[in-house]
Amino acid sequence: MPAPVRGAHLRRRNVWIWAFLMPTVVLYGLYTIYPIVASYWYSLVEWNGFESEQRFVGFSNYEAVLADPGFWNSVWVTVVFTLLVAPARIILSLLLAIVLNSPKLPFAALFRTVYFLPVVTTTAIVGVVMQFIFDPASGPINAALQTLGQSKGINFLGESGLALLTVSAVYVWKFFGITMIYWLAALQTIPRDLYEAAKIDGASAVQTFRHITLPLLMPFLLIITVLTIEDTFRAFDLMQSMTGGGPFFGTEVIEIYIYRWAFAASIPQLGFASAAAVLFGLFVMVFGFFQLWAVYAARRLRESTR
Amino acid sequence: MTTTTTTTTAKAHPVTRRGRSPWEAFRRLPWWGAVLLLVLLGLLWIYPFVWMVSASLKSSTEIFSGGVSLWPEEFVWENYARAWDDAGFGRYMLNTVIVTLATVVIVVVRCALCGYVLGRYRFPGSRIVIGILVATLFVPTGYTIIPIVKLSMELGVLNSLTGMVLALGGAANVSFILIYAGYFRQLPKELEEAAIMDGAGFFRVFWTIMLPLSMPVTATVALLTFLATWNAFFLPLVFSFSRPELRTLSVGMQAFVGENATDWSGMAAAGVISIVPIVVLFLFLQRYFVEGIAGAVKS
Repeated sequence: MPAPVRGAHLRRRNVWIWAFLMPTVVLYGLYTIYPIVASYWYSLVEWNGFESEQRFVGFSNYEAVLADPGFWNSVWVTVVFTLLVAPARIILSLLLAIVLNSPKLPFAALFRTVYFLPVVTTTAIVGVVMQFIFDPASGPINAALQTLGQSKGINFLGESGLALLTVSAVYVWKFFGITMIYWLAALQTIPRDLYEAAKIDGASAVQTFRHITLPLLMPFLLIITVLTIEDTFRAFDLMQSMTGGGPFFGTEVIEIYIYRWAFAASIPQLGFASAAAVLFGLFVMVFGFFQLWAVYAARRLRESTR
Repeated sequence: MTTTTTTTTAKAHPVTRRGRSPWEAFRRLPWWGAVLLLVLLGLLWIYPFVWMVSASLKSSTEIFSGGVSLWPEEFVWENYARAWDDAGFGRYMLNTVIVTLATVVIVVVRCALCGYVLGRYRFPGSRIVIGILVATLFVPTGYTIIPIVKLSMELGVLNSLTGMVLALGGAANVSFILIYAGYFRQLPKELEEAAIMDGAGFFRVFWTIMLPLSMPVTATVALLTFLATWNAFFLPLVFSFSRPELRTLSVGMQAFVGENATDWSGMAAAGVISIVPIVVLFLFLQRYFVEGIAGAVKS
């Protein structure tokens, strides 16, 4: 092809390329990139309601957020919640995945379906149903406890500490299936003949797990841990529908805190809530870099174990 | 399980043995124990759904008499009529279907187009685009919700299903773009060369060759978007504050419980109505769901 034609061809190609990118540039630009940037501006203004004036106040919102015990409570609740549910999700689902992955197990597909079922159900609906299931007066859990001789009902969602534990248990039940699928995908990358070989050598199940399964799963452990922890930052739906962040802010994760100041307060403190959102966003962003590192490290690990 | 010594002793039983001896039965015992445990765990796993279906068919008096029985004394189908008509769940269902389908179309089109050019072409700015996408791989709704509401207000779409769809369709979904890009990248060049010889342009190559080939990815992206949108709560909640008739199922459930805290059977019926469509879809297309979710680890 002669050169000038080629240049025109390239130009036309680039026009097409940008045309293809347009829907993403517009929608994702408006609803993801712009909000991320705008949050920084909004965190610097005093702004009481979406219709009202914004007044520049510098960093005083940040000072107010950092001085608010409620904010630190929400950080604490978020961290405790993550520490409660992430290990449970990762370790329990690994054990279950190993059992389900065994060729000897009957009805493995049925079990997999059952454990995965809660994942596809609407979190906000499940949260409401759980309110009733754990109801101290007429809920089935307390009814069952009564028949077992527990005369006084347990108010699962009525005390801060217990409520967080209960919500955590429900959360694990609900999202456990995702982590299980991750592990099953990871286990399927292990060649079966390795197990055959171990069997011929007379290795016990425990030895097989320690010397074959575990080392080969290591790179996946990194990624699965990061993905699972990220998931735990997104507990808004369950908390809002099951406890609303209560009792006494005992289940108020950061997203609920932001929501409360922006949408549930009689006078919305949008600047203040934005400052909290930016701090949350920064924290998540740092975690995102950690994720990229984990993916990279996992690749290195996999190459070294081959 | 006994821990055998690691020296490779010859096994007491040759491998060719049929599973008939008492020893074999004993060796299989742990498995049946495991199966039993799995069954019990499985029952615990589906119990909330069974309870919900059961409560949706009971009368209020039966629920509050606090029986543990899951089998209703008499079947009260009227609960469903009450949830569907009086509580507005028929309306919420329609809203949810509209919002979900529109969002699925937007997300699939947007991610397929974007993934295609990022996966197959190098162009000025391509690295920057990919960099920005990867940097926003994970953005929680709580972080962006305030500017999204303000922006929707400025655009005049705050209290509308359109606004809801745009906000849901404009959410990050970066992983879908990356899945598409990865898929298009590995398709061989010869596929399009023949078409270009025949004089097909940029768009025709994409439309007649590339897009049909990417159907497996499209199925996954469509399904996962369907799941996420059907179950969405945060955005629909904020978008329907002042317009109750725009509620989706998940938001409607909140409102229903807020207004009728004592109508347990109606609540349970509303829950069944809301969850059945997505569960049926899952049971029919289970393989795609599982593959789509497993993809997060495999990449």
